Amino acid sequence: MAQNQAKQAYSPGTHPDLPPPVRTTGVLGWVRKNLISSPLNIVLTLASIWLLWSIVPPALNWVLAEAVWSADTRKECWALMGAPRDGACWAFIRGSFKLFVYGWYPEPERWRVNLTFLLFAITIFGALRENIPGKKYWLMFATAFPFIAAWLLLGGFGLTPVGTQKLGGILLTLVVAVTGIAFSLPIGLALALGRRSKLPALRAVCVIFIEFIRGVPLITLLFVASTMLTYFLPPGSTFDLLMRVLIMVTLFASAYIAEVVRGGLQGLPSGQYEAADSLGLTYWKAHRLIILPQALKISIPGIVNTFIGSFKDSVLVLIIGMMDILGLGRARLNDPEWLGLAPELYIFISLFFFISCFGMARYSLSLEKKLQTGHKY
Amino acid sequence: MKQKTTAILSAAVLALGVTGTAQAGTLEDVQSRGVLRCVVSTGVAGFAQPDANGVWGGFDVDFCRATAAAVLGDGGKIEAVTSTGKTRFTKLNAGEGDVLWRNTTITFSRDVGVKLRFHGVNYYDGQGFMVKKSLGINSAMDLDGASVCIQTGTTTELNLADYFSSNGMKYEPVTIETNDEARQNYESGRCDVYTTDASGLASTRSALPDPDAHMVLPEIISKEPLGPATRQGDDLWSDIVTWVLNATITAEELGVTSANVDEMKGSNNPEVRRLLGVDGSQGQELGLSNDWAYQIIKQIGNYGEIFERNIGVNTPLGIARGLNAQWTDGGLIYSPPFR
Repeated sequence: MAQNQAKQAYSPGTHPDLPPPVRTTGVLGWVRKNLISSPLNIVLTLASIWLLWSIVPPALNWVLAEAVWSADTRKECWALMGAPRDGACWAFIRGSFKLFVYGWYPEPERWRVNLTFLLFAITIFGALRENIPGKKYWLMFATAFPFIAAWLLLGGFGLTPVGTQKLGGILLTLVVAVTGIAFSLPIGLALALGRRSKLPALRAVCVIFIEFIRGVPLITLLFVASTMLTYFLPPGSTFDLLMRVLIMVTLFASAYIAEVVRGGLQGLPSGQYEAADSLGLTYWKAHRLIILPQALKISIPGIVNTFIGSFKDSVLVLIIGMMDILGLGRARLNDPEWLGLAPELYIFISLFFFISCFGMARYSLSLEKKLQTGHKY
Repeated sequence: MKQKTTAILSAAVLALGVTGTAQAGTLEDVQSRGVLRCVVSTGVAGFAQPDANGVWGGFDVDFCRATAAAVLGDGGKIEAVTSTGKTRFTKLNAGEGDVLWRNTTITFSRDVGVKLRFHGVNYYDGQGFMVKKSLGINSAMDLDGASVCIQTGTTTELNLADYFSSNGMKYEPVTIETNDEARQNYESGRCDVYTTDASGLASTRSALPDPDAHMVLPEIISKEPLGPATRQGDDLWSDIVTWVLNATITAEELGVTSANVDEMKGSNNPEVRRLLGVDGSQGQELGLSNDWAYQIIKQIGNYGEIFERNIGVNTPLGIARGLNAQWTDGGLIYSPPFR
């Protein structure tokens, strides 16, 4: 009866769509489609499950369940777990945490570091948010930030001076990385424009600079900074080691940024340049209003890639004996009371770098999406 | 044209050289600065390492403090100039550090070629072997066919090859980069033997879950005398560093410790009286105050105390005195007399 009615109620082609079969939707459908769609996939799925089962529970057990969070020595730490190395000895990291963050920055002055970190967070937040009132002032503040940070950290002008050799750990890593990143963008931009300039002398200088810096490993530049320069400078005149390193790191990153931006400039169709010319815009106006906004947009992935690269490259300063987070951590591994806890240390440091770099990568993705205007060149 | 350039260049080099010798007085520099800058390593267990608050400690750092106690009267006034093996000599020669206390092996090429001054030995090290006790090996001569964990690009690698080939034995190298990597490989059984300097073996062994299951074989196959260095061309400063080391050694030989140094000032032994500045004017001859050695021993201690505090048998490293015992106890630690 009901069937009859249903048959009669619809003329051909007007029957509403039936829900898809249960086996093709929801969790079940996903599992069928992705995990067990063919004999090979079944085997791979089983192998993956077995692999995860044999890796994840023991790892979690080591990292969390068996881990020891407070102890005074490694011996004490290992005595607190079933057998040595059954769990992570996070007490080591916890005990040295302040050292890892501040380095040798004098205790009573550490509020300055905290303030710098806070201002840094505010700057990032303000400069990176698109819809924020007073965007112009945020950007001005972001431009001024490196100088404010330098004043806060090193002192002078009313604050107690703190020598650069007191910087260490995460603080030093951030100083090296952020300086490199912040100053390499404008310098790189100028170099990229210079390389495409019609003035032969300027172009030659830029080409030689970029090719020279790119043709030399960063390690070599750091060695030049730490050892060679002291021979070139008159004896007795000391030019701060950190300053030398910051200059080298910045120059290195600039050369790469310059090439990334040049890629963006060349990726722009020549019609854009001609349009700017036909409007009678000057070189600077054309670049500010038409060329650079588009070229930089295309270059975002490359620029962020270079940023992430230079952030991670900052650990190379440990080769010349500077105590960044990796150098300081490795020095701490030699404490006779805490020998043998390398895995804990390296996990901690990887976590720090992962969070920083992943954050940068996610931001670049969201920026790309926001600036997406549908033009594909 | 070319000649002119060469002339200008050599004039510039000459000018640099001249100013280089002009700034000779390291002692005045240190005293006017009020801080002694020591070139130390970026971390060698027991010899130089920062504690949880970042304060540097260790065998070499204590000698740095001893130097500061002699020169500035306060062993706390030091600054650690951390340097890797590659940058240590340039840091010293470029004047970024005043003295190098950085477990550095004294060799001909460093003394003559790198133009350093060495001032005696504060630790006699040498390359040794560590094995599991369960292997039942008691001598390095039984190691034929063993797999050996070895740091690449070091003199230990060359010493090992020499030792095995001269004894007609074979080995399988497992190359590693750092001490921690070596420990991991040795622990997991990828190599039967780990070889490096004996002090390094001691720290590696102490970091194993069960140190008593492992032993360091008696054979030492190389000479690694470690000692302090200064720049060439400042004889007074060199003398000071030499005699700071000698003062700690002599103090131990004469039984002067940080605990009894005040009593010892009343000793009848003329050498003790000269050492502690009660008689004579040896401190002034070095350009220091007369109680320079008293300050070293009072604040830091004698050689034996420094040894036991940082690397001795009661520390996690548990290194026995061995070659580093006083000559009166069958070791090599020997100081010229204070006369």
